[in-house]
Amino acid sequence: MSEVAHDSASQDPPGEDLSWRREYWKKNVRVLVVLLAVWASVSLGAGVLFIEQLNNIEILGFPLGLWFAQQGAIYTFVILILVYALWMDRIDDSFGVSERKGNGERS
Amino acid sequence: MSEMQFWTFLFLILTFGIYITIAWRSRVKETKEFYVASQGVPTIANGAAIAADWMSAASFIGMAGMIAFLGSDGSVYLMGWTGGYVLLAMLLAPYLRKWGKFTVPEFVGDRYDDKVRVVAAICAIIISFTYVVGQMTGGGVVFARFLGLSAEWAVLVAAVVIFFYAVLGGMKGITYTQVAQYVVMIIAYLIPAVAVSQQIGGFPLPQVTYGTILSELDALRVQFGLDEFTEAFVGRDGGQLDVFLVTLSLMLGTAGLPHVIIRFYTTKTVRGARYSAFWALLFISLLYLTAPAVGAFTKLNLLRSADGSTANDLPDWIGPWEEAGYVTLNSEGVIETVSNEVGSGADLIVSNDILVLASPEISGLPAPIIGLMAAGGMAAALSTAAGLMLVISSAVSHDIYFRMIAKEQASEKTQMRVGRLAMAAAVIVAIFAGLNPPAFVAQVVAFAFGLGASTFFPILILGIFWKKANATGAAAGMLTGLLVSGGYMIYTLELFGLQANDHIFGISPEGVGAIGALVNFVVTIVVSNFTRPPSDHVQEMVEEIRYPQARIPSSQ
Repeated sequence: MSEVAHDSASQDPPGEDLSWRREYWKKNVRVLVVLLAVWASVSLGAGVLFIEQLNNIEILGFPLGLWFAQQGAIYTFVILILVYALWMDRIDDSFGVSERKGNGERS
Repeated sequence: MSEMQFWTFLFLILTFGIYITIAWRSRVKETKEFYVASQGVPTIANGAAIAADWMSAASFIGMAGMIAFLGSDGSVYLMGWTGGYVLLAMLLAPYLRKWGKFTVPEFVGDRYDDKVRVVAAICAIIISFTYVVGQMTGGGVVFARFLGLSAEWAVLVAAVVIFFYAVLGGMKGITYTQVAQYVVMIIAYLIPAVAVSQQIGGFPLPQVTYGTILSELDALRVQFGLDEFTEAFVGRDGGQLDVFLVTLSLMLGTAGLPHVIIRFYTTKTVRGARYSAFWALLFISLLYLTAPAVGAFTKLNLLRSADGSTANDLPDWIGPWEEAGYVTLNSEGVIETVSNEVGSGADLIVSNDILVLASPEISGLPAPIIGLMAAGGMAAALSTAAGLMLVISSAVSHDIYFRMIAKEQASEKTQMRVGRLAMAAAVIVAIFAGLNPPAFVAQVVAFAFGLGASTFFPILILGIFWKKANATGAAAGMLTGLLVSGGYMIYTLELFGLQANDHIFGISPEGVGAIGALVNFVVTIVVSNFTRPPSDHVQEMVEEIRYPQARIPSSQ
């Protein structure tokens, strides 16, 4: 996220130069598109649309499609939300909008 | 009193005592505490509370049974009820927390207008009410089987306990009680699952070992006249299309349920809302990843003991469940067919709702574990019911009374009194609903999702991501979404004495929510485009909720 220039914008008092907002929002939406694409492909993709094809592969007794529908999709969901929270932390930091307590620690 | 009843009583009294103590210690005086726990709930605690709030009697008691019955197609509940959290975490929670008020209709009212607020408040009440009914029935199963009490008693006792801590502690009391309830629930669910996994699979991780028994389970199921567990699209009549739509409807519905959304209002920060969603899904996934294993193992145990048996040499645990009305035997001779449907005429009929509660008995675990299971089932029912009551009460007292009738003029004290009165009324209504319970627990709940998906989800998303969405569009979208979903449910189900009609294209009433949501999206966008865009003030509000906080130059 280093390509964002802070020098000029950070001199302005908050609320005057709002051009960073469009940039921030664009990045936010890009994160959502990437993560939701994964979300849809493990659940509706592997667990529903292609379940029959994947079921021909067997791992530890599980037909793969069934495994995605009952286990794999859920593991992926948990990881996706964690990745989202961490990724947004980085974006918040690079734009200087992360929420901090008085001592500068994340709240 | 049998040994099992003793342990059940002991665990129920013990856990109820804990809940009431916590509630007493966190009793509240202000509306901000009552509705959003002063926005001071730590992230992990909030995650556990969301998980308890979320995992209802349907998840705890009914879901593994549904999966055991539906086989592969039962995955719709697993993916649907967890996948929605991804949408919630990324598309709704952080923005609604930034906006930071008390209820979902309140956001809708500020973003659109007062008419939409009233529609939203009414939708919130209908959805939460549908959902409460399922909890009351779930509590009834526990009491009927383990204590030999009638379902009426179960409903009354559950209602009194909820009444006590919800009225006293509001969101704060409910949140901290739910943390305790999550712990009770997950321990009760995991112990029998781990034990049975060790017994049959030889390794204490049920999520991994149930793969090894799938081929034996498939063979036994075919022998007893059922479909294979692993075969896709045979459990639901509508096939692939229906499975797809039901999964999607449950996901969208999860993200549109007001009692889940409001939990993200209680965190300290926007960042806290994102991590709360992560913790919540992590805690939820512990149970959801185990549920299919419990379903598969229990079904295997059940079929193994029925294999070659006659009615007389079935295991002992069957008897009491038969007396409680959840197991039916139709044959004196060797059992040849097994089903879960009352009307199927199979030799042995076992209700879905008992598979989890009976799982410790089926795998021969000692009485204390069975008692713990009963306490877990009650915890699941109570925690969800309390969260729903809060939505009903806040919709009535905050959205309708305070904003519409008192025009924001009421004092803190009056607001609190109205809030508590509304909560009391909600409990009484829930008692009536619980005394007259409808069909399978999990299915009843599924209809609340269809309504959540087709009313709230689209207008919340558009309200955040599209500044031009306006009040006329949102009102039209919600109403058409409600008409499509509600209409189709009434058309295909026996409701209000009407005749049930055939499913169109095999789409079940549970799956219509996704179509209702699509219609809502399209109508809101089209109508908004043809009418006046929202005021600058509203567009600025949408702008504001998209960023965690004002930019502070010194933090660079």
